[in-house]
Amino acid sequence: MEYILIIISAIFVNNILLSQFMGICPFLGVSNKLSTATGMSGAVCFVITLATLVTYLFQYYVLVPLHIEFMQTIAFILIIAALVQMVEIVLKKVSPALYQALGIFLPLITTNCAVLGVALMVVTNEFTYGGAEPHKLNLGESVVFAFATSLGFGLAMILFAGLREQIALNKVPKPFKGIPIALVTASILAMAFMGFSGLV
Amino acid sequence: MRKFQLITKGFVKENPTFSLLLGMCPTLATTTSAINGMSMGLATLFVLVLSNMAISATAPYIPDKVRIPAYIVIIAAFVTILQFVMQAFTPDIYKTLGLFIPLIVVNCIVLGRAEAFANKNSVLDSACDGLGIGIGFTFALTLLGLVREILGSGSAFNWKFIDGDGILVFVLAPGAFMALAYLIVLFKKVTSGKGE
Repeated sequence: MEYILIIISAIFVNNILLSQFMGICPFLGVSNKLSTATGMSGAVCFVITLATLVTYLFQYYVLVPLHIEFMQTIAFILIIAALVQMVEIVLKKVSPALYQALGIFLPLITTNCAVLGVALMVVTNEFTYGGAEPHKLNLGESVVFAFATSLGFGLAMILFAGLREQIALNKVPKPFKGIPIALVTASILAMAFMGFSGLV
Repeated sequence: MRKFQLITKGFVKENPTFSLLLGMCPTLATTTSAINGMSMGLATLFVLVLSNMAISATAPYIPDKVRIPAYIVIIAAFVTILQFVMQAFTPDIYKTLGLFIPLIVVNCIVLGRAEAFANKNSVLDSACDGLGIGIGFTFALTLLGLVREILGSGSAFNWKFIDGDGILVFVLAPGAFMALAYLIVLFKKVTSGKGE
């Protein structure tokens, strides 16, 4: 039951892009075309889940026993950077087709704040679902949370890219061309997502 | 004269938020009030100046192939220092800004300035550049925070001038996108008028 609540909350209610504002750079940067948005979402999904798993283990089996939790920020960003590089190398060897689809997005992901954000969130924040006591997530919940969050990222990204493709065909007032109209669209999309807030 | 230009260019011409559109995540997330926006801006300014100086001083010794990871480590070190300083002296602000303090590490402005400016200029110039861009960022965040605070909760810098609530949606997520969109349009209008 709790897993279902975590998934719904991470995808709809606390959508990482539209209510927590993490990963806005790719959200605005590569959402011009539906195909690139899908590729980016896939890559982010992959990296967030993997990075959260590794950083979670690192936090509880290395940083906490050694009492060097203050190294968290440095350690996590290094892990993420190394992981992204590794995923790139492995993907190139194992599945060239997938690499073709995701390859160009991977280097960008290191500096995507959603990845570091989720990794930090699961070890620092306390979560509460369905009226239960606030508690830190365990390993299984963390991975589910990370995966669901990245699905939320993908959902918002793909919806937004679809909208932007339509907007490109319309006449937009000159000062609004480009980013401003995209932000107005994002605002309306965020309002729509606010409707989910009663769900969990 | 050149140093003065370096400091002022971040204000309008190369304003990181309004004209370069970098560092959007903290811009949208932390500007629920003018004070919050300003704190975030100043925190970024601190990291930006110090990391710019450190990177410009060490750049000649860092091999080209590993420069990006090296810069990230330098930036992360200063962010950790900032976390300690803020926990000690401004614990309330540290709590409000929360996750977005460690996320300065992945703010594109900081890494962008390291790559575009600090690694090929002198330490002093890099410090001026960091200061200029940082001030521009702080200015943008304070302005956006002020607009959202006035519209959303009817106050400015915590000074309340109407009774009751404002248009609450401006404090929430949709208002952030909307307010930023209109500020960018306004900024474009003002600066393009100046050029002609």
